[in-house]
Amino acid sequence: MDITLPLTDETVEKLHAGDDVRLRGVMYTARDAAHRRLVEAIEKGEALPFDIRGQVIYYVGPTPAKPGQVIGSAGPTTSMRLDRYTPPLLAAGLKGIIGKGGRGLAVREALKQYKAVYFIAVGGAGTLLARHIKKVDVVAYEDLGPEAVRRLEVEDFPVIVCNDIYGGDLLEEGKARYRLSVP
Amino acid sequence: MRDIDCQTIKETVARLCQEATCLLPEDVLQALKQARQKEESPLGQKILDQILENAELARKEMLPLCQDTGTTVIFLEIGQDAHIVGGDLNECIKQGVSEGYTKGFLRKSMVERPFSARINTQDNTPPVVHTEIVPGDKLRIQVMPKGGGCENMTRLAILLPAEGKKGITDFVLRAVEEAGGNPCPPTIVGVGIGGTAEMAVALAKKSLTRKVGQPNADAETAELERDLLERVNALGLGPQAVGGRITALAVHVETYPTHITSLPVAVNFQCHSARLAEAVL
Repeated sequence: MDITLPLTDETVEKLHAGDDVRLRGVMYTARDAAHRRLVEAIEKGEALPFDIRGQVIYYVGPTPAKPGQVIGSAGPTTSMRLDRYTPPLLAAGLKGIIGKGGRGLAVREALKQYKAVYFIAVGGAGTLLARHIKKVDVVAYEDLGPEAVRRLEVEDFPVIVCNDIYGGDLLEEGKARYRLSVP
Repeated sequence: MRDIDCQTIKETVARLCQEATCLLPEDVLQALKQARQKEESPLGQKILDQILENAELARKEMLPLCQDTGTTVIFLEIGQDAHIVGGDLNECIKQGVSEGYTKGFLRKSMVERPFSARINTQDNTPPVVHTEIVPGDKLRIQVMPKGGGCENMTRLAILLPAEGKKGITDFVLRAVEEAGGNPCPPTIVGVGIGGTAEMAVALAKKSLTRKVGQPNADAETAELERDLLERVNALGLGPQAVGGRITALAVHVETYPTHITSLPVAVNFQCHSARLAEAVL
């Protein structure tokens, strides 16, 4: 399935856990330090450095770009570390997240409540994923260096729906499907 | 006595950092290809295809396989008849890492003041170095860039001796299950049994330097490895934990004698991007 970003309610309603999806359009990068600042801004009632409504955040800290490269290797980082910052961002209108690994209960509930989707990209496929990133601009928190918020333009960016708005959870469902009992 | 020059060590470490992060070892590639043959889950197959394609692209263009180019873990085997000349061994290894990560456009992920300011050291130093003195006059250097995703899932338990093999099996399976997709399965599960607490963890990590799936030389330990691998894969987590047959490429177990009252067991994962490069000087 091909999807154009940013996301709308109509699009997220069509997505189900396990769907193999290609993303096209704009997304934003943010890791631990940027998340801390975004959530602090929300708590203080300040404006966020970009309009988060309908947007997708990609949990990534790329390697430095070599000369001639748009971006260095750029695969997903472990999402669990950002769990504590995620519900306030979803409440502010964030519609999609890309990372790797499972999410805690509070995040899974917030995804349903705010109608947002959690995607996974293949962890460790950094060179491959970087080829789908066509343009990179720093848009906030430049002082954070590699952890600054960047605006990415992507084409055919491969992800899988992990948690949908209906409570579907690929990791739980997948494990149950392939589990065997060993005496 | 044989002289080994510090400058050579530094240059070798710098080269190994770049090779390890960009070139997936042949044994890992073969293990991933076999996993692709065995995997039944359609999503799992697609993930393995992306992993294999990624390895090919990285090799062709000498680009980092993964953005997390890791803590630089280095294993040194120093021959007792080798004589290191022309500088401070620890310093030249550190300089080699700095040079490798800077010139190789690798990500610098090390922070000092770990519980407070967490300031990036800007060149991925210091490495974590494990040194062993062995017979001979050579120096063997293995560089293992270790990503945070898998390293953070490390587990240690000091079991009661009565818990035995069953206790170890349950502990390993729980570690794999709780780690889920975080260590980037299919992983290599390193298991250290015996010694003391810190030694069990070191054994688990050292086991990851073995060729993937190469059994332990001890028959009983090799049997435990086979049994653990079957049970780990029966969990059904699969590639990236989306569900599937291949959760681990291999389980490697290393053991050491332990105290009469103890049964330490540690699990240290290696992600599918099982990066390792070595040289012998």
